[in-house]
Amino acid sequence: MAVLLIVEHNNKELKAFTLNAATAASQIDSEVHALVIGNNCADAAKAVSELPVVKKVLQVEAVHYENFIAENFAPVIVKLAENYSHIVCSANTFGKNLMPRIAAKLDTSQVSDIIKVVSQDTFIRPIYAGNAFATVKSNDAKKCVTIRPTSFDPCESSGGSAPIENTDAGEEFTTTKFIKREEIKSDRPELGTARVVVSGGRGMQNGDNFKLITAVADKLNAAIGASRAAVDAGYISNDHQVGQTGKVVVPDLYIAVGISGAIQHLAGMKESKVIVAINKDGEAPIFSVADYGLEADLFEALPQFLEELNKLNTIQK
Amino acid sequence: MKILVAVKRVIDYNVQIRVKEDGSGIVTENVKMSTNPPDDNAIEEAVKIKEAGKATEVIAITVGEEKSQETVRKALAVGADRGIHVKAEGIIEPLAVSKILQKIVEKEKPDLVFMGKQAIDDDCNQTGQMLSALLDWPQATFASKIDVKDGKLEVTREIDEGLETIEVNTPAIVTCDLRLNEPRYASLPNIMKAKKKPIEQINASDLGVDITSKIQQIKVEEPPKRQAGIKVSSVAELVQKLKNEAKVI
Amino acid sequence: MGRESMEYDVVIIGGGPSGLATAIRLKQIDPELNVCLLEKASEIGAHILSGNVFETRALDELLPNWKELNSPIKTKVSKEKFLFLGKTKSLSWPTWLLPAVQQNHNNYIISLANLCRWLAEQAEALGVEIFPGFPASEILYNDDGSVKGVATQDMGIDKEGNQKDSYEPGIELLGKVTVFAEGCRGHLGKQLIEKFNLSDGKDPQQYGIGFKEIWEVEEKNHEEGMVTHTAGWPLDNNTYGGSFMYHAENKQVFLGYVIGLDYKNPHLSPFDEFQRFKTHPAIRKIISGGKRISYGARALIEGGLQSLPKMYMPGALLVGCDAGTLNMPKIKGSHTAMKSGMIAAETIIENIKENKNLSNYEEKFKNSWVYKELHAARNVKPSFSWGLILGIIFTGIDQILFKGKLPFTLKHKHADHETLKPANEMPKIEYPKYDNIITFDKTSSVYLTGTNHEDNQPVHLKLKDPNLPINYTLEKFDEPAQRYCPAGVYEVQKENDVNKFVINSQNCIHCKTCDIKEPSQNITWVTPEGSGGPKYGNM
Repeated sequence: MAVLLIVEHNNKELKAFTLNAATAASQIDSEVHALVIGNNCADAAKAVSELPVVKKVLQVEAVHYENFIAENFAPVIVKLAENYSHIVCSANTFGKNLMPRIAAKLDTSQVSDIIKVVSQDTFIRPIYAGNAFATVKSNDAKKCVTIRPTSFDPCESSGGSAPIENTDAGEEFTTTKFIKREEIKSDRPELGTARVVVSGGRGMQNGDNFKLITAVADKLNAAIGASRAAVDAGYISNDHQVGQTGKVVVPDLYIAVGISGAIQHLAGMKESKVIVAINKDGEAPIFSVADYGLEADLFEALPQFLEELNKLNTIQK
Repeated sequence: MKILVAVKRVIDYNVQIRVKEDGSGIVTENVKMSTNPPDDNAIEEAVKIKEAGKATEVIAITVGEEKSQETVRKALAVGADRGIHVKAEGIIEPLAVSKILQKIVEKEKPDLVFMGKQAIDDDCNQTGQMLSALLDWPQATFASKIDVKDGKLEVTREIDEGLETIEVNTPAIVTCDLRLNEPRYASLPNIMKAKKKPIEQINASDLGVDITSKIQQIKVEEPPKRQAGIKVSSVAELVQKLKNEAKVI
Repeated sequence: MGRESMEYDVVIIGGGPSGLATAIRLKQIDPELNVCLLEKASEIGAHILSGNVFETRALDELLPNWKELNSPIKTKVSKEKFLFLGKTKSLSWPTWLLPAVQQNHNNYIISLANLCRWLAEQAEALGVEIFPGFPASEILYNDDGSVKGVATQDMGIDKEGNQKDSYEPGIELLGKVTVFAEGCRGHLGKQLIEKFNLSDGKDPQQYGIGFKEIWEVEEKNHEEGMVTHTAGWPLDNNTYGGSFMYHAENKQVFLGYVIGLDYKNPHLSPFDEFQRFKTHPAIRKIISGGKRISYGARALIEGGLQSLPKMYMPGALLVGCDAGTLNMPKIKGSHTAMKSGMIAAETIIENIKENKNLSNYEEKFKNSWVYKELHAARNVKPSFSWGLILGIIFTGIDQILFKGKLPFTLKHKHADHETLKPANEMPKIEYPKYDNIITFDKTSSVYLTGTNHEDNQPVHLKLKDPNLPINYTLEKFDEPAQRYCPAGVYEVQKENDVNKFVINSQNCIHCKTCDIKEPSQNITWVTPEGSGGPKYGNM
């Protein structure tokens, strides 16, 4: 049986992580069907039909799907589920909110936040905030799986032309009402979800020098992080702290500047896809986890880094 | 209005966990255990609502082995009125926990059920949503603000894009984010008073729900150690590698 | 602002072996007494760290049926070794030539933290009220100057000392008698010793810093019940110290090192001596292929009888190592601590029931086996002030030939904070780099302790003079806090080319070494918010 991928979108465009979830879905089974539930969401359905890994698109339209309320989504998915072996969605707040509601209705024990597909019924998922990996096998006939997007590459977004099929909407769940959504439009992405994080440590020497970090972060549309040492020294406020009692971050690119790499800090960022370390001390522990290490004085390296970035024609945002 | 709050006993968040050598799980012997952190927020919010005169009773419930009772006892020390301990051994999956909670809800008939959004041990983030599915109740997950109105709650949810506000009719389930409030300390006199508050013990097997595991844990291992990469000799080389080799900028 | 108060017959400060033994004995004699026990750790045992080869003598008296009570005392000592280490060689000293006090065949290898957890269960079963997570931060006095009880630490105070939303004032716990059982260098015990001049006429107290790591070793390297002690390398002849290695159950090896805090060279780093010690072939072969699973450190008392303060005062008693009952040549303090608590309990009962003076404690203590032990042991530690070799020769004569009965008592001449020589007069010590296999840095070590303190609270390591570290101690002693602290709390950082003394109090593992060794006694350790500090497992 095929895999049903629940598409995350805003009725117009796909949310980026849908591409990662599609990759994971295609690793479970090559027959991936994508389900687009929304209101006036034809554009989103069109976009998902172009993903080469998607074999069929199901589109469900109703006014009460406008705001992606899980209570409205669940019944229609549960109904469609009988034709599928797996229901798959990304493990961001959308999928985390929705999938367990489906799983419970199907009397299935959900497998949350997988980072690897071992086989159709066996997956690897992090537990204890990533301090251990569990390999788990689902014994349920129907499997509900959420996917950690950053652990799967995004699939190709064009070249496909899957057929789009319309499906009947379900009833409205009337006791939950959407009121508003405030997208936080900061100039800077949030530390927890940023694609790129640039972090400074005690090597910055004072708070003022963090403007060097800010300049690079602006250029890369990155969030700004800090080591506990930098926070303790008062260079920057503690909501920037990465590591113990601060945040665990898993960006695509983590640039650690003037951070020696205390184990608490490493625990907070070592799952990042690509790690860059810039440090004067060639023996600093941070180099042991860095994909690219640069042994240099940060006060020379950061301005140069900015200069080199300026030379580039394009920078991914 | 009656609020049922589900709490879980987990390894304290400060403890560096250790994977068992035989890959069968995590070492829990002689390890400091605590209440799952966002469950503390759930209790705190329920108690605040009661203190504001909008709830009449706060009941703390846990599912687990004998010692899980400590977690209920702590909830009683910060203001819950009574406790329920559903005794069950081993790993109880979220689906099973929600089935147990469903039975308790049918018996206690609370207007609201609160719990943390996620347990920091299995990181599942499922129980609240599953319980609301089983009960067909509204679910307000990842709550960072709760306003109690007549027969309704207005809840602000922490979502990836920012904040979302929804309104749910009671009865409803709320799962709580760490940002919801700052849990209070248990004062010494209140800890003593909590010792006298009742905790009802129920065997999970007496509730008539199937709690056998449907997910088999094949092995637990330490995350692979990250290997050191290469050292670059200049900033220019670094940028070139990030652009063309790692393809991240 | 008024604090709530609660009254008890007896208030006990500290949930280690002495405090718990006091509590149990009190309730055994008089189940009607109201007894409460405060512990600063998040749970009983979480701040306990000890070797530990346990002599059951006190426990046999306290709970004679301990074997039937599922006590965590399982591994009997089966084999014993004493090694003198050279840089690469080791020389095994025949056990029959060891003084009797250093023979362990009737003892058990245990985790003292687990023993305390078990003792706490026994105490609670007897009706003792135990409150973990509540540090006693202040001593309360009656108008006549006698001790009235203690107050617990306020909770929810921010860095600047303001009340946060979560503010919860401390509670006054008033006892007919208050028992201080905080362990080595208790911060209230220290105040009492000063206020009541309890150390008058005594030698200055002597301390050591003890490190412990737990290793899970390969089956082939494990021999449950095996006890090894070493002296010699890497310490020089003039520095007092040695190691222990106990093969416990579950393929675990308790590996530790103790260094006298009377060391002279400010460049010495006790932590690094311990790390280096592990690279000795005799040690490396046991732990290689294994995994370090725990780390911790704690100061211990070494002064013995000469330094033991008077243990009673109006309204209060000091027990265990809050006074200093450790038997140094035995390297054991748990049994003496427990016994001192049991004697305290008996004294308190007489005080409450028969109005007898607490000063009876002195006589009861003198008539006990603890005193006899400490008396026989009294000359060992001071003899090592002559160096390792002379110390060993003297100890052989004192302990083997005379069994501790030589007709004179050697003195401790200096307090540990007085012994450092200026940095420029002493050789620098180059420590090897950590290999992250056998040896590790401080931060990854502290990580294993589970230590944390709530971020936003006042620093609990107080400087009498905040400028002294940079203006004087750095210049004269190269700021030794950077090295004697086993948790990396103290650092000297350059900020815009100006030296700055940084206190990372969040890392503090409550060992008290800074409070002891700081050459000007400029650092005072006070209690942080409850539950802060390490979360030791089976240490």
